[in-house]
Amino acid sequence: MISIEDLSQISQAERESREAVAHQINVCVAASCLSLQSDKVKEELEKAVEAKGKKDCCKVRGVGCMGLCAAGPLVAVENEKVLYQGVTPEDAPAIVDAIGAEPVARIQGDLEAPFFARQQKIVLENCGRIDPERIEEYIAADGYLALVDTLTAMTPIGVVQQVTRSGLRGRGGAGYPTGLKWATVNKSQGTRKFVICNADEGDPGAFMDRAVLESDPHRILEGMALAGYAVGASQGFVYVRAEYPLAIKRLKLAIKQAEKMGLLGANIGGTTFSFNVDIRLGAGAFVCGEETALIASVEGGRGTPRPRPPYPAESGLWGYPTLINNVETLANIPTILRNGPEWFAKIGTAKSRGTKVFALAGAITNTGLIEVPMGMPLRDIIFDIGGGVPDGKAFKAVQTGGPSGGCIPESGLDMPCDYESLAKLGSIMGSGGMIVMDETSSMVDVAKFFMEFCMDESCGKCVPCRVGTAQMHELLRQISAGEATARELALLEHLCDVVKSTSLCGLGQSAPNPVLSTLHYFRGEYESKIAAGEAAAAGHTPPAGGAA
Amino acid sequence: MSSRPSAKPTAPAPSSKVKTLTIDDRLVSAREDESILDAARQNGIQIPTLCNLDGLTPVGACRLCMVEVKGSSKLFASCVTMVGEGMEVVTDSERLQNYRKTIVELLFSERNHICAVCVSNGHCELQNLAQLLGVTHLTVPYRNPKLPVDASHERFVNDHNRCVLCQRCVRVCGEVEGAHTWDLRGRGIDTRVITDLNQPWGSSETCTGCGKCVHVCPTGALTEKGKSIREMAKQSRFLPYLTMMREDRSE
Repeated sequence: MISIEDLSQISQAERESREAVAHQINVCVAASCLSLQSDKVKEELEKAVEAKGKKDCCKVRGVGCMGLCAAGPLVAVENEKVLYQGVTPEDAPAIVDAIGAEPVARIQGDLEAPFFARQQKIVLENCGRIDPERIEEYIAADGYLALVDTLTAMTPIGVVQQVTRSGLRGRGGAGYPTGLKWATVNKSQGTRKFVICNADEGDPGAFMDRAVLESDPHRILEGMALAGYAVGASQGFVYVRAEYPLAIKRLKLAIKQAEKMGLLGANIGGTTFSFNVDIRLGAGAFVCGEETALIASVEGGRGTPRPRPPYPAESGLWGYPTLINNVETLANIPTILRNGPEWFAKIGTAKSRGTKVFALAGAITNTGLIEVPMGMPLRDIIFDIGGGVPDGKAFKAVQTGGPSGGCIPESGLDMPCDYESLAKLGSIMGSGGMIVMDETSSMVDVAKFFMEFCMDESCGKCVPCRVGTAQMHELLRQISAGEATARELALLEHLCDVVKSTSLCGLGQSAPNPVLSTLHYFRGEYESKIAAGEAAAAGHTPPAGGAA
Repeated sequence: MSSRPSAKPTAPAPSSKVKTLTIDDRLVSAREDESILDAARQNGIQIPTLCNLDGLTPVGACRLCMVEVKGSSKLFASCVTMVGEGMEVVTDSERLQNYRKTIVELLFSERNHICAVCVSNGHCELQNLAQLLGVTHLTVPYRNPKLPVDASHERFVNDHNRCVLCQRCVRVCGEVEGAHTWDLRGRGIDTRVITDLNQPWGSSETCTGCGKCVHVCPTGALTEKGKSIREMAKQSRFLPYLTMMREDRSE
């Protein structure tokens, strides 16, 4: 039985042991830095600390993602507020030598840069600051406080009201009000209920959920337990894609640690509330991010969507009321309950409260993970925080929302980044992938890329998505290769309409979006390809340089 | 299709609540657990369908039965959308006709449907749909995939070239015969029906040889051996009767 006093004791002990060491050297051991051998860097740092006899004042820790993935591996010396980037194992002795003295300027990063200064972190507040493999560090960062406190101080419907008042909306893409979803499951009748955390992150170029799971897994477990309490569920599942082995490993460890401390399992905190979490691995199907397909997959069936209603909130996993929330949505919950809904509602815009995590990828200087208040203009995100387009190239478009989203040109960059504004621009917020394209990108090829993705990931159940995406992909290939005429372009637009209007699930309904948005903003590129195609069809090559 | 437990036709007691709605400006009444498609058919309003078959759980896969409901910009698959009080349903607008035509075209383009050499020519639901909707030629390119024919069963043939993936065989085998010999493999445009774990039909250990799959198949994909062109007429009308008798027994 764990109480608030126990938590504060663990927290106190953890803080004291940390303060006993003057310098914490944090090494990022999340997937991106790890792929650049940050584990070797950590090893060498440990050796250097040992060799230089600084064991009493320096401690090397593995921590989660610090965000600036482009400059990895990252090492931070916590108390001195020094960040090193692009660290190699050979740099280790120099870094240890520099502690308590001048930092190593050669590899020093700028913590005052807009990339760090303009972010506001809720979901990522512990990422890069705590060791994801130690529950004590999460507790020392006020972790599980909201859970234990809520279980004894609030009714389930009270929790739902807090979430409703916070204005939190689903971070998986559609932006459905989270409080409303919780209230529906709370009110649904069922002998059992379930909570599912959707960690089947699949948009190309998106890695927000992976980073949270790898860097702060306990936050998700706490969010799920709170959700379970609010809706009346005693079993949770994390549906995570098998391509995230490190996230799965840390999640498994976290579940074990939480169970051992009595923060998951039977009678949490001595109350009547019991909650268990199990992991289910996705087998590499993008469509399993769609909630009914996800449920079919958890049940052990073929991962294909079914028509809604009934919605999972009413009849979900094995026919029981089921709450499905995205990783980032659940990651907001502990902080909302700790700081109160009013605090959360003050951040962001009137209709889109809170912050949003984005994964910056593509032609952008600071590739990485950021969290900003909702409503920040896209221009600030891309040029200020993201550092703009590298190599002196010009910006062309930013793709948001993955294969279901659209491309936004320069003219749309001053719009605030929130659910409604992005929809107005013909794109969607999506789960938070942001791919920047420079002047060398062909927008027809971009559309073709996303259509190929949708074609490969279509489950094959309904005709318009199964055949329509394959046909649209072929038409885009023809247009891109300069083999198509105006007839093919018209047919492509017709198929976009049919597939969007008649497909069974969100995958098919949104598959035409990348084509529609590039057609809207970059029609000229399609037309010049068509002109080449028309000319080829007429049996001559287009005139060069205007000479007849 | 590994069917969800809740999706089995376990025949819950029919609802006693009746709703009144209009379909194509005609006032009709239906039980609240009846679909728009049921209500339309009971009133002589024909909505084209392909995957739907009386006696099998509707799956909403072919999207031909999409209808408009006033007040919503979305379309609804009438086979899986229940009636509602005061609903105003349009089943045959120009937009819907246009979409249905394209969907039938997509089906024709997907595989190799060559009516002239098909045993089901003249008895084919896909062919009937094309005639009904006025699909005389395709605007989308033919894909002409190379697909196998499984003639390993002693009495039946499975020709993937003519399959429309309606899943009727999968459903009738799982839900009515209880053998679950049929399922699907692959995804997207590469989806195919399979017997057992993708073994030749003739070597299937679960197939009872009942032939229900053959007779519910809307095209010439599943046929009886020894039939020549135009001879393979399907007898799918056994199904509603069979389902009804079983439901009666369970009460």
